[in-house]
Amino acid sequence: MIDKPQKVIVTFAALNSTVLSMSVIVFTVILLFGSYFAGLLGSLTGLGGGFVIIPLLTLVLHVDIHYAIGASLVSVIATSSGSAAAYVKEGITNIRLGMFLEIATTAGAFTGAIIAIYISTQFIAVLFGAILIFSAIMSLREKVEQITIQKTYLSQKLKLNGTYPVNDELVEYGVSNIAGGFFMMIFAGVISGLLGVGSGALKVVAMDGLMRIPFKVSTTTSNFMIGVTAAASAVVYFQRGYIHPGLAMPVVIGVLLGAISGSKILVHTKSSAWLRWVFAVVVTFLAVQMIYNGITGKI
Amino acid sequence: MALQEKYNPHNPANREQKSPAPSRKLKSFKDGDMQVIIGWILRIGVVTSMVIVFIGGVLFIFRHGHSIPDYRHFNGVPDFIRTPGGIINGILTFKGQAIIQAGIVLLIATPIIRVAFSAIGFLIEKDYLYTAITLVVLLIIVASMLGGHIG
Repeated sequence: MIDKPQKVIVTFAALNSTVLSMSVIVFTVILLFGSYFAGLLGSLTGLGGGFVIIPLLTLVLHVDIHYAIGASLVSVIATSSGSAAAYVKEGITNIRLGMFLEIATTAGAFTGAIIAIYISTQFIAVLFGAILIFSAIMSLREKVEQITIQKTYLSQKLKLNGTYPVNDELVEYGVSNIAGGFFMMIFAGVISGLLGVGSGALKVVAMDGLMRIPFKVSTTTSNFMIGVTAAASAVVYFQRGYIHPGLAMPVVIGVLLGAISGSKILVHTKSSAWLRWVFAVVVTFLAVQMIYNGITGKI
Repeated sequence: MALQEKYNPHNPANREQKSPAPSRKLKSFKDGDMQVIIGWILRIGVVTSMVIVFIGGVLFIFRHGHSIPDYRHFNGVPDFIRTPGGIINGILTFKGQAIIQAGIVLLIATPIIRVAFSAIGFLIEKDYLYTAITLVVLLIIVASMLGGHIG
């Protein structure tokens, strides 16, 4: 397995040797801090921890990308289930809509996890970078809320229309373009299963843009679905041995604690514009690195 | 005029007094129940699995803290935790990695258990359409579990 050409750049060689000779305890501590930071950033920007943890593991710590995806998936389940528990009680989450769309996301996630076994790690890295850039752009874009009270035949049949609380009043909303949203969710599921991320950005595109669901409902419902979506592909990754306990342990604990801190900060302050810009720059840098390393075959 | 203003629900001054429609509250009573149960399942699942992962992690570091791990090359997971029997055996002999894996299994199971409970909830509500939709989701996850073995 160690037949890859030795890197000639001195700094890289030095870094590699330190990474290679790290003991379990050093590695775990570094990963715990890194994951905490990833969870914090992911929560503050709404992109999720996976987008930082996978580049950290692969680019900095030179972990095999399959291990990185496995560990990230586990952390995605923990953060989304943890925050969904809080949201569900507030009654904003549209459980029926979530259940219905979970058909699409779980089917997609299963497909993605199976595809991931057969395609090259280089392609996964490049795709990861592309989706990362797309998500960063989506998070920066000024969003316009378009709520409709129009109830289509299908949305009534499927009982998807709902109400959500705004200043102690229940406001009604309708769900449009169900077919379009459903197909977008299959795609979101495939990406989630393939890359080990929650693909919350894609889910929100489907719900805000196509189905015209209020922001509060779409973010909480998408979060509600992410756990099940990730679980559908995690069962495949687990059986394949992609989820390594030595990596998953610090990653899941770190990301979850980071996400909790992030949500506590968000209660007091709104996600500020400058923070989103800083994150966009960081994310673009990571994305370019992933694409570059993917193309040159270093991943 | 004054009377009209007093009972006009759109007048912001009266908004606070307006209580939510009682009929809606009654209708969503069962849905509300389900939301509380789902919330608890998710919370208990995440907290329990994190505690287990943490205990396993402490044991793992205690025993293997100074060994050099190789995550650079993909070799799957250590042999002794490749099978469910191996994981159980590892838990009984206090092997850190086996305990972590058990915690992760519980974590992955948490949203799946949530789906199963939703199916029961919809059945109690006599919402057969959504009972069927939920069962389809469960079926896909089961297919995914079986599909993981193939190849």
